[in-house]
Amino acid sequence: MTTGAISEAERHQLLPLHRIAPSHAWVPLRLAELWEYRELLYFLIWREVRVRYKQTALGVAWAVIQPVMTMLVFSIFFGRLGGLPSDGLPYPVFTYSALIPWQLFAFALTESSNSVVANQRLITKVYFPRLIMPLSGVCVGLVDFVVAFGVLVLLLMWYHIAPSAAILTLPLWTLLAVGSAFAVGLWLSALNVRFRDVRYTLPFITQLWLCATPVAYSGRIVPPFWRPLYASNPMVGVVAGFRWALLGQTRPAMTTLAVSTAAMLVILVSGLYYFRRTERTFADIV
Amino acid sequence: MQHVIRVNGLGKRYQMGAREAYGTLRDTITRSVHNVLGRGAARSASAESQWMWALRDVSFEVGDGEILGIIGRNGSGKSTLLKILSRITEPTTGYAEVRGRVGSLLEVGTGFHPELTGRENVFVNGAILGMRRCEIERRFDEIVAFAEVEAYIDTAVKHYSSGMQMRLAFAVAAHLQPNILLVDEVLAVGDIEFQRRCLGKMKDVSREGRTVILVSHQMGQIRRLCQTGLWLDRGRVRHVGDVGATISQYESAILSGDDDGAGQCFSQWELAEGGHVVRAGDRPVTFRVRVTLAEPVVAGHYGVGLLDEQDAVVAGWAFEPVALPVGTHTLDVRIPMLPIRPGTYRVSFALFNRGSNLTGGRLIEKWVATPSLTLDLPPLGHPQDEWSGLLNVPATLSGLPSGDRVRTDSHPASVPAVPRVAASS
Repeated sequence: MTTGAISEAERHQLLPLHRIAPSHAWVPLRLAELWEYRELLYFLIWREVRVRYKQTALGVAWAVIQPVMTMLVFSIFFGRLGGLPSDGLPYPVFTYSALIPWQLFAFALTESSNSVVANQRLITKVYFPRLIMPLSGVCVGLVDFVVAFGVLVLLLMWYHIAPSAAILTLPLWTLLAVGSAFAVGLWLSALNVRFRDVRYTLPFITQLWLCATPVAYSGRIVPPFWRPLYASNPMVGVVAGFRWALLGQTRPAMTTLAVSTAAMLVILVSGLYYFRRTERTFADIV
Repeated sequence: MQHVIRVNGLGKRYQMGAREAYGTLRDTITRSVHNVLGRGAARSASAESQWMWALRDVSFEVGDGEILGIIGRNGSGKSTLLKILSRITEPTTGYAEVRGRVGSLLEVGTGFHPELTGRENVFVNGAILGMRRCEIERRFDEIVAFAEVEAYIDTAVKHYSSGMQMRLAFAVAAHLQPNILLVDEVLAVGDIEFQRRCLGKMKDVSREGRTVILVSHQMGQIRRLCQTGLWLDRGRVRHVGDVGATISQYESAILSGDDDGAGQCFSQWELAEGGHVVRAGDRPVTFRVRVTLAEPVVAGHYGVGLLDEQDAVVAGWAFEPVALPVGTHTLDVRIPMLPIRPGTYRVSFALFNRGSNLTGGRLIEKWVATPSLTLDLPPLGHPQDEWSGLLNVPATLSGLPSGDRVRTDSHPASVPAVPRVAASS
């Protein structure tokens, strides 16, 4: 031991004391504990990233193929054949700039919702703050996002679109997308432990959610009266923010951004409490 | 001595069958509809009786630097206690106070990923067990040397033999340096020599002033390592105190049938050849198990089975009639060879009195034994998994125009990336 100068009794008193007892209905969030376990979070993310494209022929190219293919399909069917308005922008850029935050959201949501059940071995054998599971699920999605973002830069150059100073707000919208995925993922991952129905509803939820998000179409086709309600889908704010930051459009209505952010925060805080409240039974029923 | 663990009135209640029947949404909805309509009364009464206390009123204290051994039959709550102390699950009643960092070792190799290399897995696994990154880096060479896998450390773990995987996983765990270490039965893996080194490592741990709680079925191990013993019987503490006294009380209780009588006859198994690892597919293998009987067995039936990871029976043997007097016996089942594919298998022992399960005999106990049996052999079959099958026997090809004879076990191409384990000296 390295504690030569202090006595045994003092060393003993220095050690942290944990009290293990039944918890009551509402438990503190203990977010500081997450910081203590940041290295575990890092290694879990790193493990997923390392393993993700092992034994695939195309490797990390998949991060680009998926949004690019979707962009092509949307451009042909909605842009060319359907003739949907795209706010005066080339339709491929218009939809791709929304597709990359969407893919980030959808992937992060799926990963985090399945994270607790997928890691049941860990949950029943080791202690760590359970919040790390959905959190690492969300962070893995950021890697694909960065790769897919590279293609967007190429598209912008091809169409000679120069982003305005608004591009500086991009991290905010990325954070809003990640936060939304984490928020909903908290609810779903905790529910998934008890109700495996979540696994089957998830693809369906993401599909419906895509329709409620202005990825293939412009948010302007929604009547102004309904827009605040529409913006309670946080992804509406994310897409509006992305298009503003990247494509040099006029600034979206403040109400849209505010409502989306508020909606995300409501789901996030309630999700955190719900997760913490149910996590004590995870190891028993997972 | 200062106390680092103080447990007071700890209890844990489980709902019977809750594990298998994780509710679907529909069940919950139907149940709540029933409750609302007032039809749930009869059901909830029966639901109440489905609770089971895995631990009840457990209180004890562990001093700084002490090694406590927990003994008791299967299902007596030993693992539940460790899970509560390592904060994996919450108690239902009572509390425990724990001073210092707790490292728990309830399983070896938690979080190992087959696609990652040995090096990568050491870091991930170490982080999962609660080691800091710098700590792992500092002890990395030591860990690899302890596991004796230096040559393959940058090979994906899926190419390791099961013995190598286990050694690497254990080496990481053995280098954990928490103030309190909780160990569940894991020491029993690996070959004798490796076990000995692990035990040595554990002794070092306590000499450095760290506290260890150890669960084991192997009384010899408990006696050698621990100063204090705690005997759990159906979730309650039967005895705490000097390790020798606890073990002898436990053993005499089993003998006199005081330990609630039903079953508890198998207590410890190993290969008569040593350990729980088979290293040659063409040598005799002897399953040795300790049987403690509180009743005489007359015209009984003794069965030994070998189960694979999917719980399918790979092989099974039955012996009848068997007659055994009251007392402790060592039964050996010897088979001339075990030519099955390398991997981990579980051994199941069953003893019936007055007949078999077919002829109306009464089951004394069936024990799916821990630890598992490991077959650490070079694979002799087809190199592709889906063609290698269940048996692991060499074959010879002749009739080649060149007049060569090709054997599967001498043909390097048939043993591709799987490195052979160096014999431990």
